[in-house]
Amino acid sequence: MGHEHDEERVREHDKPISGPALRVKALESLLVEKGLVDPKALDAIIDLYETKVGPHNGARIVARAWTDPAYKRRLLTAATAAIDEVGFGGSEGEDMVVLENAPKVHNMVVCTLCSCYPWPVLGLPPVWYKSAAYRARAVFEPRAVLKELGLELGDDVEVRVWDSTAELRYLVLPERPAGTEGWTEEQLAGLVTRDAMVGVAKVPPPKALDR
Amino acid sequence: MNGVHDMGGMHNMGPVLIEKDEPVFHAEWEARVYAMQRATSFHGKWNTDMSRFARERMPPVAYLAATYYERWLFGLQTLLVEQGLVAADELATGRATTKAGETALRASDVAARMRGRLSARVAADVPPKFKPGESVVARRINPVGHTRLPRYIRGRRGTIHIDHGVFTFPDTNAMSRDRKPQHCYNVRFTARELWGPEGTARDSVYLDLFDDYLDAA
Repeated sequence: MGHEHDEERVREHDKPISGPALRVKALESLLVEKGLVDPKALDAIIDLYETKVGPHNGARIVARAWTDPAYKRRLLTAATAAIDEVGFGGSEGEDMVVLENAPKVHNMVVCTLCSCYPWPVLGLPPVWYKSAAYRARAVFEPRAVLKELGLELGDDVEVRVWDSTAELRYLVLPERPAGTEGWTEEQLAGLVTRDAMVGVAKVPPPKALDR
Repeated sequence: MNGVHDMGGMHNMGPVLIEKDEPVFHAEWEARVYAMQRATSFHGKWNTDMSRFARERMPPVAYLAATYYERWLFGLQTLLVEQGLVAADELATGRATTKAGETALRASDVAARMRGRLSARVAADVPPKFKPGESVVARRINPVGHTRLPRYIRGRRGTIHIDHGVFTFPDTNAMSRDRKPQHCYNVRFTARELWGPEGTARDSVYLDLFDDYLDAA
């Protein structure tokens, strides 16, 4: 009895976790057979989010805001339209809000209930953003999380955590690093990181990148 | 639903680990699940709130053990069967017994559809219950259905920061497709109000909350 029971338990245990690749393949075949999906459309969706939609989009928005004060004003007051001007928008970015970081104010974004994230400007969320650790801790101990990730903030800095509980999506406008005076928009965009636009890092000055 | 997905403030979840040069998808099947969820959503059988509620209903032990796209797979299978696009026995056997009678999203339409605007904003003339600067208290409610009012906010006092305008109310939209348009506000809660002395005096948490979640304080 013991043996059979053990084998059964092993199979049961294996079922939900070990076989997603097989189950997904079977589901796709079924949906194709039912006429519900076209595999070529799936390829196109994947290509879009692997190659075109990503944090390089958000970096262009940030770089423009750093170099064009009128654009920055539009971005901070009517973010969705200002982002659309540069050519980005759509699913999970229909209603955008941009948060400006400053020497004494640090904004960071989380979604404690699922993993809401501004896809058109940052792409699909990384694993750490979707992790239980980040979702649980960002609202309770943001400073500890930031410190773990290498960003220690002084007591004189106000931390604002934005929990994306509705359909508004948040993008952090990080501080422009020193040593970038006279840089072009394109050069600046190359400096801007995804993590700085979520608010768990600062944009490193160019020297730090060279090291 | 007071589920494990409602994670704000939980302990013992470990460190936040950032993967260097992370790929968009870690396996081909993740990409296919993502794409299938997006493609099938255009059949119009469910809305975003129903999708979220489907993922939240994953049994708690499985939810915590699952990766993000395993949750999406669970949610997608749930919606396909519940909304009648796929029969339960078809899902079990992997064999179609009938055609669905729907038109699949075409590759040539993908770029436009992903760029399309499906804003939850509603053009309805609904008066706001609160104005920026007013004090509010989040209701102590425990809906068994979908809600976007996290537990760590219930019963807490905050201040209306921004009135975002009129939006679809997710709680009813998820359960009965009733959009119940109402104002959605950004509300500021001090860390001290939420966490007591363990909160840092200077810090705050901002959440987007609906009229139906709030009372005047």
